[in-house]
Amino acid sequence: MKTTLKTGKQHFGTPLPGVGLSDLKGKLIVLEGADGSGRSTQIVMLKDWLENLGYGTVNVGLKRSTLVAEELEAAQQGNILSHTTRSLFYATDFADQFENNIIPALRAGFVVLADRYIYTLMARDIVRGADPAWVKSLYSIALVPDAVFYLRVSPQTLVERNFRKDDMLSYWESGMDIGLSRDMFESFMKYQRLIQAEFRRMEATYGFTVINGNRRPRAIHAELRAKVQEVLTQPK
Amino acid sequence: MNKKHHYPGRLIAVEGLDGSGKSTQVYLLKRWMEMQGMKVFFTEWNSSALVKDATRKGKKRQLLTPTTFSLVHATDFADRFERQILPLLRAGYIVLADRYMYTAFGRDIVRGCDPRWVRNLYSFAVVPDIAFFFDTPLEVSLGRILGGRPQLKYFEAGMDLNLADNEVDSFKIFQGRIYAEYKKMVDTEGFVVMDGMLPVEKQQAMVRKYVEQQIDLPSFRWKGKQ
Repeated sequence: MKTTLKTGKQHFGTPLPGVGLSDLKGKLIVLEGADGSGRSTQIVMLKDWLENLGYGTVNVGLKRSTLVAEELEAAQQGNILSHTTRSLFYATDFADQFENNIIPALRAGFVVLADRYIYTLMARDIVRGADPAWVKSLYSIALVPDAVFYLRVSPQTLVERNFRKDDMLSYWESGMDIGLSRDMFESFMKYQRLIQAEFRRMEATYGFTVINGNRRPRAIHAELRAKVQEVLTQPK
Repeated sequence: MNKKHHYPGRLIAVEGLDGSGKSTQVYLLKRWMEMQGMKVFFTEWNSSALVKDATRKGKKRQLLTPTTFSLVHATDFADRFERQILPLLRAGYIVLADRYMYTAFGRDIVRGCDPRWVRNLYSFAVVPDIAFFFDTPLEVSLGRILGGRPQLKYFEAGMDLNLADNEVDSFKIFQGRIYAEYKKMVDTEGFVVMDGMLPVEKQQAMVRKYVEQQIDLPSFRWKGKQ
């Protein structure tokens, strides 16, 4: 699956026209996990720590592209996207940020902190019935990250954290669009279990580092910090 | 990679260069079918309302790379496919498509996208029952487009590929490369090749005759009173 280049970064099988990977000096660090898994908190803490050490950092995430973020949000609100269209819309959003933010930042030697990456996108598509081979090829244009940390949190804890944050469960994070249950709580629990099962399947293929996200933020941060430190000291 | 369908409807696609006359031909085919009281639906490349804003913005501000260009068009196609083409085929319509996935195969590959990746992108689409390719020599289709006083748009002219420093020259080279891709697909995709140099009405007579042979048209008439 991975295409090995002589040195440095690799993509997942499909080269992008006009995008060279040979001079990417920075590091791509990915945090994956559900809403309420503590991703954003950890990214803020990592960014502070890295900048304190003098590393330039850039944050990227889903639905933040100049090209389609607004349109994607509007379409989501209207709830009018069919599955393949939704997948491709997200892939467009990803590709736009990938080529215009991630690659240039890596070329300039920055540490790129990705608040979710292709794995969430793939898991969501596959849970919705997309052909795994299709999804895999779609995202084979992406760069293999230097490290992927998956914050695993039990669905029960996720529910509690989501309620504490928003007083309600998100329609999409509950997978309400796929009709698992008309009861939102039940749908949320089922959907999160499906997503976690998909992540478990991907873990073997992609080599994630699984982090126990049920703990206090400081404890998680200490573990992440030690692991990121290792990535930073790897030869370029 | 793409599957044949077994739906009650029929799908007819037309392909060809800008200026090949394909849009005229598919329009006349549609008129003929409508006047015979058939269930017919017409869909056009790059026309989904949902994706239009993103595409327009990307094109206007030249934000698109070959990859995102490919992806926004695939998104547009998927939206039309999932919400119109597929349901209509299931409902027993004749669907006429002015450009289909082959347009993307040609353009995206000319733009340097990985052919296998592009093919996979569109692998959810069903193979048309008939795919007409309107073959006009490159100079002729160029002449039809450039003969007026053309306002070639940036991406339409392939300016993103740095083929030439003005739109007209770039357009010629770009169209030439797409034409070569179409020619390659004639056999691999089983295009029905139409001679785009014949008079419009002659071509249309041939198109109608071919469609009649391939599709049991009377069965697509509206039942009951209109």
